[in-house]
Amino acid sequence: MTQVPSIAEEQLSTSLSSSKSVTLRIARFNPEHENERKFMEFTIPYEKWTTVLEAILEVKKHFDHSVAVRYSCRQATCGSCGMIINGKPRLACFTKISELDSDIVTVEPMNNFPIIRDLAVRFERLFDTHHKIKPYLIRDDSEITSNEKEFLQSPEELEQYIQFSNCIKCGLCNSACPTMATDSSFVGPQALAQAYRYVADSRDKGKDSRLKVIDDSHGIWRCHFAGSCSQVCPKGVDPAMGIQFLRGYLLGFRS
Amino acid sequence: MKIHYGTALAAVALVAVHVLMRLTQSFAESLEYENVIANYQFLPYAGMLEIILILLSVHGFNGLRVILLELKQGRVYEKAVSYGCVAAMIGLIAYGSRTIIMVNMGIV
Repeated sequence: MTQVPSIAEEQLSTSLSSSKSVTLRIARFNPEHENERKFMEFTIPYEKWTTVLEAILEVKKHFDHSVAVRYSCRQATCGSCGMIINGKPRLACFTKISELDSDIVTVEPMNNFPIIRDLAVRFERLFDTHHKIKPYLIRDDSEITSNEKEFLQSPEELEQYIQFSNCIKCGLCNSACPTMATDSSFVGPQALAQAYRYVADSRDKGKDSRLKVIDDSHGIWRCHFAGSCSQVCPKGVDPAMGIQFLRGYLLGFRS
Repeated sequence: MKIHYGTALAAVALVAVHVLMRLTQSFAESLEYENVIANYQFLPYAGMLEIILILLSVHGFNGLRVILLELKQGRVYEKAVSYGCVAAMIGLIAYGSRTIIMVNMGIV
């Protein structure tokens, strides 16, 4: 009977050889037991295609398995591995080490989110604000009860909101937003962009209720149009533009 | 927030008129005591100055309120800031209006 090697043995046999290496600095912090953040450094070999997430997983595999990081799809679809990489909010699975053009790669948890441990942050506030803007089509009728089987849209109508539907809720825009840093009640660029996504959808009839939610003292008017949300979005969504369009609805320039 | 945009636009228009009116005289001449009193006694112009005072007070204190609300959050704090800014705004408008009233009552 062939003996199956244990996971530990299998991991030890994995090759780490590579022509280049990088110093990976990982922020370590456990709010339950520590008062301040500290950095741990690891020298990691990498190839042209190695992503920051793969480097972190390499650390977990060979050096310190206790590093806390959230990830899932590894292809910029699930929005789980958002973090600050060399000072900028990015997806770790969508950032190649070779593209950073630096011998040192520093990874920290996202700003404006409470830290669970190390690189993992709490998403409750993001999901709460996302839920608050009613992220679904509001209609009197529905696909189930209507005699029509589909709600037709022209390509022009689709163009109004399609880029905003690419949001993967990774939280990078909220992490980059300067207003989120000071205003703990601010709705945030992610939720505002999604509010625009549904307001601009020709099938939706819930514009007034959504505009009422965001026309608040900590709503859309707190955006200072820094534009950093749009700069960091890995899916090409432009929340800053969506926010300006939403303001157009509230000021009566759009209907 | 619409009030913030509205007061800003109206103030820009009226302050432009105010600046143009000042350009009809030299700078030093426009600040002479008799000319200032005459301006306040000319009711259409005094009325415009009063409107500018109200617009800028509303705009300025609303802006201050917004800045303070962004610095810190909390139910009690937010109410205190809002009421405080409204009180300060009313105080400033009352103090500015007092000058125009005093001139027209012949007290100055």
